[in-house]
Amino acid sequence: MNGTLRFIDEFRDPALAENLFAEIAVTAARIAAGRDRPVTIMEVCGGHTHTIFRYALEARMPETIQFAHGPGCPVCVLPRGRVDDAIAIARHKEVIFTTFGDAMRVPGAQGSLIQARAAGADIRLVYSPLDALALAKANPDREVVFFALGFETTMPSTALTILRAARSNIKNFSLLCHHITIIPTLRALLEQPDFPVDGFIGPGHVAMVIGTRPFQFLPEEFGQPLVVSGFEPLDILQSLLMVLRQIETGKPQVENQYRRVVPEDGNKAAMAAVAEVYETRPECEWRGLGTIAESGVRLAPAWEVYDAEKRFDLTLHQAPDPEGCRCNDVLVGRIRPWDCAAFGTICTPENPLGALMVSSEGACAAYYQYQGMKRAG
Amino acid sequence: MNDPIAGIGSGGRVTLAHGGGTAMRDLIERLFLASFHPQGFPVQEDQARFDLAALAGHGDRLAFTTDSFVVEPLEFAGGDIGKLAVCGTLNDLAVGGARPVALSAAFIIEEGLELETLRRIVTSMASQAAAAGVSIVTGDTKVVPRGACDRLFITTTGIGVIAEAHHVSIAAARPGDVILVNGPLGDHGAAILCARGDLALGVSIESDCAPLHDLAATLLAAVPQVRAMRDATRGGLAGVLTELAEASRVAVTIEEKALPLRPEVAGLCEILGLDPLYLANEGKLVAVVPQEAAEVALAALRAHPLGAGAAIIGRVADAGRAGDVTLLNRFGGHRAVTMPAGEQLPRIC
Repeated sequence: MNGTLRFIDEFRDPALAENLFAEIAVTAARIAAGRDRPVTIMEVCGGHTHTIFRYALEARMPETIQFAHGPGCPVCVLPRGRVDDAIAIARHKEVIFTTFGDAMRVPGAQGSLIQARAAGADIRLVYSPLDALALAKANPDREVVFFALGFETTMPSTALTILRAARSNIKNFSLLCHHITIIPTLRALLEQPDFPVDGFIGPGHVAMVIGTRPFQFLPEEFGQPLVVSGFEPLDILQSLLMVLRQIETGKPQVENQYRRVVPEDGNKAAMAAVAEVYETRPECEWRGLGTIAESGVRLAPAWEVYDAEKRFDLTLHQAPDPEGCRCNDVLVGRIRPWDCAAFGTICTPENPLGALMVSSEGACAAYYQYQGMKRAG
Repeated sequence: MNDPIAGIGSGGRVTLAHGGGTAMRDLIERLFLASFHPQGFPVQEDQARFDLAALAGHGDRLAFTTDSFVVEPLEFAGGDIGKLAVCGTLNDLAVGGARPVALSAAFIIEEGLELETLRRIVTSMASQAAAAGVSIVTGDTKVVPRGACDRLFITTTGIGVIAEAHHVSIAAARPGDVILVNGPLGDHGAAILCARGDLALGVSIESDCAPLHDLAATLLAAVPQVRAMRDATRGGLAGVLTELAEASRVAVTIEEKALPLRPEVAGLCEILGLDPLYLANEGKLVAVVPQEAAEVALAALRAHPLGAGAAIIGRVADAGRAGDVTLLNRFGGHRAVTMPAGEQLPRIC
């Protein structure tokens, strides 16, 4: 643990940060000279959003730079219907429903998992799908369901858990699978009209699994720079500077700032497990973004005995985003959170209306919590 | 040494039989009274009685507070529910500037609780109270059927006396005042997360659970003009500072680099995506003093065993919006610290 921290401190060195702030300001000024609007950079991953707010990096940016906080918070983009599905399963008497902690408060159309637990459902927090499998082994007379959430980052650990369940012949275990994939979603964003983003800070932990090559279409088809980035404040500042330099030179490409973790080819063993266990869904629903083709996975037919949708004969609920929610406009950078009439009024972290208010990684929740925006205006 | 609960029987566990009759009398006499042995208080009466004139010799106001304690697991590194129940109520008295006089303790016990566990917890309470020079003078025991509570809940109530000279209040902070804390933040919250055992992180973090009355008295003796004191429990430092800013109608600024934090707690927060500002403490005193008294207050805290890690962490701003708490980070940026909204939940990535 102490070793880990020693490395953390190096990525939070204020003197190094000052150098980067200065370089960013100078570079941004040169780029801005020929433009009539700010340079807009999207950080794809919720972890990046969290760091940007926690360290108040945005407050140190020149006016010529604006962040668009992207769709990469898996909890934020969890659609209301899927939460309703989870609750429907959790209500079965024999079920122990297991989930990551931050999914507990996400509101569905029928309330949240935390409310379902208060109403009597046996819902438990776990830190890993293996914890859920261990619960299944320890409770052979119960059905343990794991709410499999997240991007490519968490997909391999769930895949390996299914492989282990099969090997250990554990039958009272299943997945409610809502794993989602970032590449089709980035493409869908880029194909939106008036997409105002000039470059991307790419998701480091997704790239750790899938490698950097799947991002090549950004520069090649859309002329967009992307720098795969780590999650410490200095990582983000350095990545931002790398994106700005690409914009300045007019040579967009995929660069890897997070080399200490991300191999160019990703993690082949993880990808093999993912390929073995899942198949692509024809389409997948996202809170705030709607339905995107081939943007999620489910268990492949060979593993369907572990599929909670099959085991509980579930018809997936559809529940459109609520009226008045402008998460889509915020997600693609068309408006800032406080431009939405619901922000801080009918949409708050205690009572979120839209995706981006749900988790501390969501842009609206982060503005609300870290910048005290609730009292502004 | 005589075992006070030998012979209580029932296979080493509390049963519903302990909820009344001779079994209850045995439990009370052999465990609770034998451990707490309140001196000078006749045990056959239904209430403890105090001599008002004797109390009035210590001050001009009575302080009165109560708190219920539930924690899973009951025992953890650095403490147990009994130690929490005694220290928590002592601390609520202490931060009002009160000298603690006596405590009550009420137990709600789920049938099936091991008598050994109950004995360890009661012994822990007795030794904490004795060390603080306070008697547990009255109490109650209820045994409830399995499932009606989670093993053991304890409620303690305390009374204390506030000396004429002391007027601390959460509403008394003034612009320019300095904010101190007596040591590293978040140890209790981190210890409980580790003690639940489902993280398998291989770190041991001890709860900071401790009685703060002596530390508070030491601070008040050195700096009689202390404006406000609070123990930062559930809700953490963030909870206390937001309350302070709202009650005193002031803006508060703290500096990230000044916050005392153990490396292992910082590491745990990194891994789980938790914010140490919101982690629970059970032995942390937040004090607000006038600027000119800051160094004396810091020296007084540091001279005490429970204040070795004391630090000045921030101040009450000269200007700014009443109720705002702002954290200045290492990069010269600042962010709002808001009242915690429910429990912190670990993040997915």
